[in-house]
Amino acid sequence: MDMTHDGPHDGGTAAVNGAGEHAGRETGTFRVKAGMAAMLKGGVIMDVTTAEQAKIAEDAGAVAVMALERVPADIRAQGGVARMADPDKVLEIMAAVTIPVMAKARIGHFVEAQVLQALGVDYIDESEVLTPADEAHHIDKTAFTVPFVCGCRDLGEALRRIGEGAAMIRTKGEAGTGDIVEAVRHARAVLGDIRRLASLRPDELPAAAKALGAPLALVHDVAATGRLPVVNFAAGGVATPADAALMMQLGVDGVFVGSGIFKSSDPARLAHAVVRAVTHFDDPAVLADVSRGLGEAMRGRAAAAIPAPERLAERGW
Amino acid sequence: MKRVGVLALQGDVAEHAGALARCGVAAVRVRRPADLAGLDALVLPGGESTTIGQLAVDYGLVQPLRDFVASGKPVWGTCAGLILLARDAGHAQPLVGGLDVRVDRNAFGRQVASFETDLDVAGLAGGPFRAVFIRAPAVVEAGPGVDVLARLDDGPIVAVRQGAILGTAFHAELGDDLRVHRLFLGMGEPNVDAP
Repeated sequence: MDMTHDGPHDGGTAAVNGAGEHAGRETGTFRVKAGMAAMLKGGVIMDVTTAEQAKIAEDAGAVAVMALERVPADIRAQGGVARMADPDKVLEIMAAVTIPVMAKARIGHFVEAQVLQALGVDYIDESEVLTPADEAHHIDKTAFTVPFVCGCRDLGEALRRIGEGAAMIRTKGEAGTGDIVEAVRHARAVLGDIRRLASLRPDELPAAAKALGAPLALVHDVAATGRLPVVNFAAGGVATPADAALMMQLGVDGVFVGSGIFKSSDPARLAHAVVRAVTHFDDPAVLADVSRGLGEAMRGRAAAAIPAPERLAERGW
Repeated sequence: MKRVGVLALQGDVAEHAGALARCGVAAVRVRRPADLAGLDALVLPGGESTTIGQLAVDYGLVQPLRDFVASGKPVWGTCAGLILLARDAGHAQPLVGGLDVRVDRNAFGRQVASFETDLDVAGLAGGPFRAVFIRAPAVVEAGPGVDVLARLDDGPIVAVRQGAILGTAFHAELGDDLRVHRLFLGMGEPNVDAP
């Protein structure tokens, strides 16, 4: 058993069932957490705010939904403090679909995470889209049985989150904009840094780890395998099938679509198209076919026009 | 060298392809009916069975997959793949079928109940297999032609074989132990074929 990632720390969920009818079943291990994300690969995870939207997402072929009270574009427009969704909202969405349901907790807000785990969500997104609860510390994700996904802008940030126990990584992008440019920047940064690490001599890795601000053991692992030790999705600004396929061709494992689907004029059709675009991301004939007749994409807002204090990607470290 | 396909519509395709490569077998990703041509065996990986089923319908793969299963070449479904091979998944969703079993999707509950455990699998030498169950199904009804290869201690059936079709509720592809992959590859060899 890998004690760096596993173990009962949260008081409520023992990692090993030692006796009784479930003897020997070990829950919440890193392999079980990261394996769950592996089952989502090549798929699309969609933000939804109602049971009806969750059904539309499932019927379109989404591999999971993210249960939210407001999509990022509305959080951006309406302002105020953005918190974990109302538990009734999360439960309503969990009851509506058979696919996995994720939910967001504020950065550092480990009690919101405890609540979401108690509700039974399948994955928690410790997300910069919500108002951070802690400016210095992220959640100790090893203390939970439920797995976590976290956002990143570069490899150092990705490895810091994995070091804290994240079992899945996504780019931050700039949520709620419908502008793909920041997701592209972050994916290129992560994947480019991985390629650079893989080219270094072993005696150069400690200095690289220092420069990245990343745990040395994880830097060694990435240098040896040429990839992150967890699944890596794109998020933040995906609005069209072509955006989704662009991220896949850059080398991510799957795509989150936040505001893009339900801020478009024909959500069911766009959702269906984005799923096909991710499966056939390298087949331009399919991409051309699914991109036709989609109506109006979300209007969006250029990420570069957003003043620095309003940029969600700056939250967390 | 054998050509083994991995259905690559969605899911942990790369994990299966990697395990097959470590067994010395070239994996072919299958996304179109034409990709099935010339394959000696096929793996249906883990993933979301509703997503994979819908994509198989959209891209005309359901009948070609049924034909492949009917051809008698070895086919192995893991988790979502087992659901797709089942006769009945207790839920209205597209299935390939071929395996005379009824499965209960998410038989063990949500992700917080996902687990790993040591599992004795019939036909696997060398002790128990470290099996990873992720929002896993279980076989709740198996027809007379189905051999049960593994049960959890408290009863649920989690590995079955019917002729050249292998079904596992767990993910043999998520670890370094290649014994189930080797068992599957051996199913194509005449000298170690079905009893």
